[in-house]
Order: sequence, then C-alpha cells, then structure tokens
Amino acid sequence: MSATSLREGRSDPAAHSISLVLNGQPRQLDVLPWTTVLDLLREQLDLTGSKKGCDHGQCGACTVLLDGKRVNACLTLAVMLDGRDLTTIEGLANGDQLHPLQEAFVRHDAFQCGYCTPGQICSAVGLAREGRAQSRDEISELMSGNLCRCGAYNNILDAIEEALPATRGEGGA
Amino acid sequence: MNPFAYSKPAAVNEALRLAGPNARFIAGGTNLLDLMKENVTRPERLIDINGLPLRGIDATASGGLRIGALVSNADLAWDARIEQRYPLLAQAILAGASPQLRNMASTGGNLLQRTRCYYFYDAGVPCNKREPGSGCPAKDGLNRIHAILGASDDCVAVNPSDMCVALAALEAVVIVAGPQGERRIDFADFHRLPGDTPERDNVLADDELILAVELPAEGFAAHSRYLKIRDRASYAFALVSVAAALELDGGIIRAARLALGGVAHKPWRRQEAEEVLIGKPASDETFALAADLLLEGARPLAHNGFKIELARRAVVRALGDAAHSIQHQGGRP
Amino acid sequence: MNAHAQPDSSPLGRPLDRVDGPLKVTGQARYAGEFNEGGLLYGSVVSSTIARGRVLSIDGAAAEAVPGVQLVLTHLNRPRLAADDDSYEDMDSAEGSAIRPLFNDRVLYSGQPLALVVADNLEIARHAASLVTIEYAAEAHQTDLVAALDQAHAAPAELPEPRGDAEAALLGAALSIELEYALPIEHHNPMEPHASTVLYQDDGSLLIYDKTQGPQNSQQYVQHVFLLDKEKVRILAPFVGGAFGSGLRPQYQLPLAVMAALVLKRSVRVTLTRQQMFTFGYRPRMLQRLRLGCTANGTLQAITHDAFAQTSRFEDFTEHVVEWSGMLYHCDNVRLGYQMVPLDVFTPLDMRAPGATEGVFALECAMDELACAAAIDPLQLRLLNFADTNQNEGKPYSSKELRACYAQGAERFGWDRRSMEPRSMRDGHQLVGWGMATGVWEAMQNPASARAALAADGTLTVSSATTDIGTGTYTVMTQIAAAAMGLPVEQVEFKLGDSSLPTAPLQGGSFTVSSVGTAVQQACTALQGKLFEVAQRLPQSPFAGAVLEQVEFVDGQLRLRESPETALAIAEVLAASGPLEAQADAKPDEKRDKFATATHSAVFVEVKVDEALGSIQVSRVVSAIAAGRVVNPKMARNQILGGVVWGIGMALQEETQIDHNLGRYMNHSLAEYHIPVNADIHDIEVIFVEENDDVVNALGSKGVGEIGIVGVASAVANAIYHATGKRIRELPITLDKLL
Repeated sequence: MSATSLREGRSDPAAHSISLVLNGQPRQLDVLPWTTVLDLLREQLDLTGSKKGCDHGQCGACTVLLDGKRVNACLTLAVMLDGRDLTTIEGLANGDQLHPLQEAFVRHDAFQCGYCTPGQICSAVGLAREGRAQSRDEISELMSGNLCRCGAYNNILDAIEEALPATRGEGGA
Repeated sequence: MNPFAYSKPAAVNEALRLAGPNARFIAGGTNLLDLMKENVTRPERLIDINGLPLRGIDATASGGLRIGALVSNADLAWDARIEQRYPLLAQAILAGASPQLRNMASTGGNLLQRTRCYYFYDAGVPCNKREPGSGCPAKDGLNRIHAILGASDDCVAVNPSDMCVALAALEAVVIVAGPQGERRIDFADFHRLPGDTPERDNVLADDELILAVELPAEGFAAHSRYLKIRDRASYAFALVSVAAALELDGGIIRAARLALGGVAHKPWRRQEAEEVLIGKPASDETFALAADLLLEGARPLAHNGFKIELARRAVVRALGDAAHSIQHQGGRP
Repeated sequence: MNAHAQPDSSPLGRPLDRVDGPLKVTGQARYAGEFNEGGLLYGSVVSSTIARGRVLSIDGAAAEAVPGVQLVLTHLNRPRLAADDDSYEDMDSAEGSAIRPLFNDRVLYSGQPLALVVADNLEIARHAASLVTIEYAAEAHQTDLVAALDQAHAAPAELPEPRGDAEAALLGAALSIELEYALPIEHHNPMEPHASTVLYQDDGSLLIYDKTQGPQNSQQYVQHVFLLDKEKVRILAPFVGGAFGSGLRPQYQLPLAVMAALVLKRSVRVTLTRQQMFTFGYRPRMLQRLRLGCTANGTLQAITHDAFAQTSRFEDFTEHVVEWSGMLYHCDNVRLGYQMVPLDVFTPLDMRAPGATEGVFALECAMDELACAAAIDPLQLRLLNFADTNQNEGKPYSSKELRACYAQGAERFGWDRRSMEPRSMRDGHQLVGWGMATGVWEAMQNPASARAALAADGTLTVSSATTDIGTGTYTVMTQIAAAAMGLPVEQVEFKLGDSSLPTAPLQGGSFTVSSVGTAVQQACTALQGKLFEVAQRLPQSPFAGAVLEQVEFVDGQLRLRESPETALAIAEVLAASGPLEAQADAKPDEKRDKFATATHSAVFVEVKVDEALGSIQVSRVVSAIAAGRVVNPKMARNQILGGVVWGIGMALQEETQIDHNLGRYMNHSLAEYHIPVNADIHDIEVIFVEENDDVVNALGSKGVGEIGIVGVASAVANAIYHATGKRIRELPITLDKLL
C-alpha cells in the first residue's frame, strides 16, 4: 500500500492528518480521532499481526513499539501517532532473516496457537531495550503484561533468555 | 467509543481554555480510553496534553523533586534519583499494571485512575459512581475487592492505584492549574471519600489540570517497603497494599509513614497509627499497634472481611521489611 | 508399528519445529477476524442486561441515525431461520433445544445477543450499538446452583451400573471419609475472541472464516439453520487462536454475521468483545460429594461419588465427571451419581479435559485425605489400589504405564524425602508443601478421512478438515505423512481448516492424532499402493513379481525390504504416472473393543505459602505422562506445560463470578478474571514414560491435549494442605481462604 492510498477519512471533517514512520517507512495518513492504533493497523492498513485479545490493555496481544518502547496499541489513539516511529511485528524481520527473538520463539516452541505471539515478541524487544531484566525471575516479572492462555510461559522464558544478548546488541528497529 | 473532537494544545493556557465538563484531558490514555470503550465515560472532546512542557523531573528549592505530570510511570520508576532517594515510590509503580502500561501511563493520569469496581465498569448495571442515584449493587453483591474503610451507603469502591499509596505516604503535593491560576493540594486532600457524591473521585475541578507532583526532600530511602497482595503474582490490582517508611536510629523509630491501598476510596492514612510508632523499638509488637490503629473503624461487607486481618498482617510485614530494608520484585511478599 | 520399527530417518518422534512457526512469529498467520476485503461491513452485538424475561421493544432509531450504519438486526427483522430443533443441533450439542439467536423475544440469560448493529466500520458499529435501547419485561431468575439444588434432576448420561454394595461396604470399612468439593464457573477465554468473517460471493454463496474447532460443524450448522444448499456454504479456519473447547459448538457470532450478510447481500464480520466471551459456554459450577472407605491398611473398599452441576433451562450439558472414580483405582463397591440443576444461564460447554478436570479433582483430593486419615503416604495409597483393569467396563487396558509415571515422577521430584506431617517444611516466611495426584483421560478415536496427493514434482499434500488450535496438528500430521511415505518433511504439506476437505471430527478430546493421524497414515498407504502399481508396470520394473508387502518407502524411494538396493525413486514413478492421489476413510480398529484405552499421569507439586499473608506460589511441578507414542516431543511437552498452567490457574485463580441478584457475570474481563501470568509459573518438568500400545491405533499414539491438566489442581490443593494443614475444598484457593 502506498503512503497516500489510505485516505479514507479525508472526506470526514473530523479526520486529522498525521505523519509517522511505520516499520521504517514514512507514512502520511488521515485518521479519525476515535480510531485506535490497533484498529488502524488491523482494519485499515491490513497489518493484522498485532492482535486484539481484549481491547482494554489487559492481555498484551497488541503490543507494538512506539519510539522503541513497548505499548498497548489498543489504548493508543491513532491521531496521537503524529511525528512518531511505530514498529509492529511485521517490521521486525529483515527481509527473510527473522529477528533473533522470532527465531528463538520458533526454536523453543514458545507458543501454541500463536495469537499472543506477536505481542510477546514485540514486548520482549522492548524488554531488551529497557535493559532492566537480568535474571530469569526479572524477565518473568517484566513479561507479565503478556498473557498466554496456551500456557507456553516456560518456553517463552527460554526463548527470551537465549535471544536477549543478541537483541540487546542490535541497533535500530 | 463515541465520536469526539480532538485537539492538541501547545501551551497550558490553551489547554485550560478548552477544558470543561464535557471535555477530558488525555495523556497516556490507558484508563480513559478503557472507560470510553466501555461507555462509562463519553466525553465530547479530548484535549491531548502531550504537547505541553510537563515532562521534567526537577529539583525543588526545598530539596525535593518536582515530577512533571507527563512523566511516564516507567520513566519515573526507573529515574536514578527516584530509585535512590524514593525507592518506595519506585517499588509502588513497578508493582502496578504492566511494563507496556507503565510506558504509556502518566504521573498525572495515575492520580486520576478510576476504580476497578465490577459494577462501575459494566454499563449494563446500576452504579452510583457512574450514574448518580442509580444504586450500588456491590453492597449486596460481589464485594470481595471492595472497601473496608471510609465507604458510604452510596459507594464501596476502592482506589486502584499503587503509585498513589506511595505518594500519600511520602506526603507529596499535587500542583494544579486552573482558570484562577495554580494551587497546591496536599496529597491527603487530593482524593476524597465517596460520601453521597461518589461520582467525584478527587477535588479536581473539570477545568483544572495537574501540572506536577512534588516530592518533599525526605524519601525514607534507607527503610521503606511497598508490599502488594493480590490474586496473582503480577498484573493484578491490589487486594491490600501497604506503603511503609521508617526513619530509624539504632533500632528506635524516629519517624514513620504508613498508607494502605486497596481498602478505601483513597489511600488510607491515619496520624495516630504513625505517631504510636515514634520512639518505640522496631518490632512486630510495635508494628501491630500501628496496624490496629490504622484499621480502627474498618467495616467488612459480606465478602471482604478477610481484608481487615490481611491488612493488619500486611502492615506488620511491610514495616518489618522496611526496618530490615527488604524489598521484593513487584512489591511481592 | 512401534517406535523401534521406524528407520532412523523417520520424522516420527522427532522434536521438529512447528511448520507454521514462521508465519506465527512474523504476524502473517491470519485468524478468523483478520481476512479483510474492500467494503467489508462490521457487526457489533447488543447483549441482554437481564437474566430472564421478554423483550418488549428494541429502539434502534438512534443507532440507525448514525452515518455509516447499514442495519440494526433484531428478532423482528431477521431473515428466515429454521424452526425445528434438529436444525440447530451440532456435533457437540447438549441434550435439549439449542438456543436460536435472534429467534424471538425470549431472554434466557444475561448477555444473550438481542441485536446486531452493522456498519461501514468497526468504530461506528460499536458506537451505534451503544445507542440501542431495549425495554424488557423481566421475570424472576435463578442463577445460584446451591439455592436451586432441590430442583436437580438426573443427568441424561449413561453411568456405569453400581457394582457391589457401596453402602454396606462403607459401613463395614475400618476407615471412611465423606467430603464435599465445590468448583466455580470457568470460561475458556482463548486469547483470540470468537469471530466470523462472512464473505458474500457474487453467486450468493458464503465463504466464511470462522473461529471453530470443526469447520464441517460450522458448515452444517449454517446450512441447516439458514436452509441453504450445502454448496452455498464453505467454512475456512486456517488458524485458530486457542479454543480449549470454546470452538466445539458454533458460537453466536457465526449465525449473526451470516444473517447480516444474507439480509444485506454484503460481506460482514462479527468479532465478539472480551466481555462477550463470557456470554456462551463455560465449565459449569459443580458440587461433588464423595465417600471413600478402606481397610486399616488402606485397601479401598467403597466409593460413592455424586456430582451436581449447573446447566441451562434449555439444554442438559453432560460430561464424564464421576466415571473416573469407578476406574482409576481398584474397588469392588462403587456407586456413581450425576445430577443437573437448570438455571437461567447459558449452557455449559466442554472445556479442556471436560469432566475429568472436575471429577478427578474431587477424587484425587479425597484420596489424599484418605491417605492422611490412614497415615499412609499418598503415593503408596495409590499404588496399593492400582487398577490393572477398567472395572467400569470390565476390560483390561490396551496399555497403562501409570506405575512408571509414579516411579519416574516421584524420583525426579524427590518424593521419598517428603515428611508425612503437614506444616513440617519451611523457607523463611513461607510454608512449603508437597502434594501429588493421578491424572487420567480417555484415549479415543473417531472416524476420520484424509486425502494424500503426490504432485508431479514429488511434493506430497495431505489434507483433512480438522483444525490446528495450537495443538501442533499442522506439524504432527506432516510428520506422520512424511514418515508413512518416506519423504523428508520439507516435501510434505498438510492442509486443514476447510470444510470442503475430507471429513474430520471436531478437533478436541485429544483424539485428533489418533483419528486424523490414522486417516493420514492410511491415505498414504493407499497412495503407496497406487505408486507400487505404476512402478510394477514400468518397463524393466525391478518390482515385477514383487507384492506391496515386500516394499518399503524410505528416503523418497520404493525399495524391497529384503534387498534395499532394489529401489526406485518416487519421482521416477511419478514421471511415468503424473500426479497421484488416494483417500482413506479410517475408523477405530475392532481390536480396540476388547480393551479400555486411556492416558495417565502422575503429577507432583511443590507450593510455598506465605504463612501470614496466604499468598501461594507453585514453585515446582513434575508431570509424568503415559500417552503411548509421542509423535513430536517438543509439541507434546508444550501441550503438557499448558495443561499444567491451566491446572495452576484452576487451583488458585480462575472463577467467573456471578451476581445472583442481577443474574449476571461481573468479572468479565482479563483484568478481573485471573488466568496465570508469566510470573505465576515456575519450574515445570515433563516426563513422557515409554508406553507401547499396538491396540489403540496403528500409530500407538494416544493424544496429549487433555491429560496435562487432569490432576494438577488436586496436586496443588494437596500440597497446600501439606504446607499449611488446611484443607480447602472450594476452588479457587485464593489467599483469603488460607488466612
């Protein structure tokens, strides 16, 4: 989709024009004030990797990276993205080269149904950047904003523990 | 969510001009958007205050810190000055919500968090706080998570914040701007008890904006503990929480602060409970005296009687941990 | 076939990564509510706020006035629906009359869908739905199982006949105990909310992405309810974001989305909110009464087990709750009972290890209490009463390596270091306790079909209308097919989640590997026959004169077992024949009839309980599983880990709370309905004991989706008793119960 193709709200006087960097690409969008980042991604930009598990900040499935920090896309308004840098699960891999956390999640079978997985991975990228979690217990506490109903928590911890050094080392995205 | 107008002022005065009964300020949005999605709140205008210059953490003339209203919970908890001088506050913040929410939620917004009462959140049932005069089903319903102190016939809801319990114990001051200029509100006076107007959580007027929270110089860094007791290890609201802070001199208590969360419409403090500690040795016997005083007048509902004993024990534990400088991750026991 | 007969290169038993893993970690896997199309409309459900009564009026004017609203659908303007109960039946129906969405003005439970607002986008639909006002004539309701116990009736379930004389045996027993256990309502709460995207096709047919555990179940339901021709409805479910039973019956978002699509002749999506995820099936609230009697040395002499479970007023939902008490231990005097209490609630629904989770919880807590009463080690008591046959059925087990589970689990856990006395272990402020329990689940097999097709390039595509709800079905079926055909897994693709594929049962009950796996294996065998026929007819065929039984399929070749150098590449055969395909319709082998078939487990748990504050940590779990052959140990282990996490949640956290004054669930969110978070989960060790079984099916595999949860909650409760000396017989064991 080109940067200007999404202008659904243009005819609506309530729409606001915003500029952002989405998964490394500059984008200009017209958005309505009451559209959340999560609905913008899933329903308008066809980026369905960010999941809606609760829509109330109670599950973490919608976790994305806003200016490098992990946030819940369901409780962020799209109109507030103006001037900011947003990375979703679709923006983590480098072409066919999976992000170290994505690789580790596959290797450690750190999911079953996969619905919480994009949020878990984005959250783990944010965790790595924060640099606060050293021990397994600390990772566990700081990953507790991401529910996994399949109960793959042990494998999630294994994957993050393994990929944390490589993830901390990386630069952008 | 209902449709609303959106504006993003660049100055406080401009923000105040837009304020009014049908408008809401939005910073992190973590609670406001949640409430709007449940149709608990239906503002006609959102005033995005993220463009205002309220992100600093600055030293005050009296040796404390002034925390801008827009400082995120995560930035505040992990600020080196807070970690070193006010570990009680850092602990309390890190015991609340999730890392994602703490990245979004603001200092000012945390003060305005609304209750997690089930009935308040469900627009399909009555609630005096949501719809004044409609009734309170919690009183005779599911009230395991509700208030044991300071409740009224109209409302038995509790304040859900962890950060506010620590701010109450630290005797922070809330700095507010309104049409008439700025005013300072002692933390103890900021939140209110429900009485017969449970729709009002605090003393802020519709056209007032929180600018900052000021911490006094004394942070009780050597001996403080935030203890949070909840139904799972993390990412749950407190059944009971305690902010305990002591100043010790050779095992004798010279100063004490004590606040309870999860038990009332506001962080719960009582002067007598702190005074009784002064000059006494830091022991469980002493702490039990304070706990009893703090919980004096507690009244159970059908399902929350356990909170009285739990709070007593938690106070004793928290004071003991504070005395021994014990802290656990996430405020856990 | 058994594990030892496989060549080393066989993918069976290997811990392969999930074949769908890369799609899931990159966000490319699409779930039911994620198929977008230009012009798609969005439906938002309006739910009842009363538990019982009638709708007097629905005022949709304000909603209709919102620009972008296309339709406010109610019972007054819905399309034509079938009017007989049979049409609403599905493959997991309960006894009675299934609910008919938007059928008439009756309100049968709080949260019932009463209107659907359809709009151009999601935000408009949700906002407009909030403007719909409904006037009710409310009637008195009852939602409290305990208050309505006197209205219980016998469950429409075939229980084992009583054997011996339990009453007399109890009277004569040296030791007897009588106990009551209470379990709350629990909701499945898969991470993905239920959603259906109905894509309205030019010819009026419906292509539907549905969150379901059985696409053919949804297909049949839509076809019958809307009186449509079979070919007009196709259901797809390529990925399912968890279900645990919630997708075993078509949920109401499906018929609502179809209604709107038929009325508007447009594509429509309906996704339920998290709150609405509490408005359909669930694990029922239940009371259970057990009496156990034993000799002075602990030999069981009598068991009675009675369950009282809530159900709706329109259906009797039954599950196997009490049967386990007649089979898990040897006992000659057993009486089992099962009663239903109808309430103004929705019908319960199978939820992970339905029935066993509840019934075995009660039995295994009672066994622990009996062990204490008899002053016998709890593990010893179980070994003493070990059952070599299933006395309910009077049959031996096809395999039962439960003794190995006990032995290996106990060894790994260090059970022999346990002191008998409660409150005898401590770690600072924390009391430490060790508990254990047995788990059991049926090893079932259902009829299933599969198709195997070899393309000219040698790639094998196998398909069946099952689903992968996180269970690893894509991967495991790929492994089974690759093993059967002697191909590398990279050359094999398994297709599922499409109602037009060969018939498969619902994905559930831990019978998918057994049922669909057998069909996959047989389809491959049939395909081998076709390949062999072609190979024999090739000029100078090395197989001329050979018979199929002499041939094996290994490393992409057909070759003679006795002289492996006599070989032919599958690719060469295909070059002559072109693409080949075969289908198999598998059913359980008759030799199963003589045997009882079950999976077993032994679960050992350590808890740490804060003595003053009551907070509980499950610090260590060892789960030893006997489930026949494990096709993929990585994924099987993950299933058991998940089951253990569910068991911990059940023991300590999960409870849907209902306000009986309002007749309404109140903690309908993931903030207040607690499921375990990462920090709740500590060491969990999974052991698969070796269990060879050539009866259960040709794979020797029994399935692992349920067994992981069974017994866990009792092991936790027993450990809490050991730590604290307090018996809590009502779940969840929240900290207030320990103060």
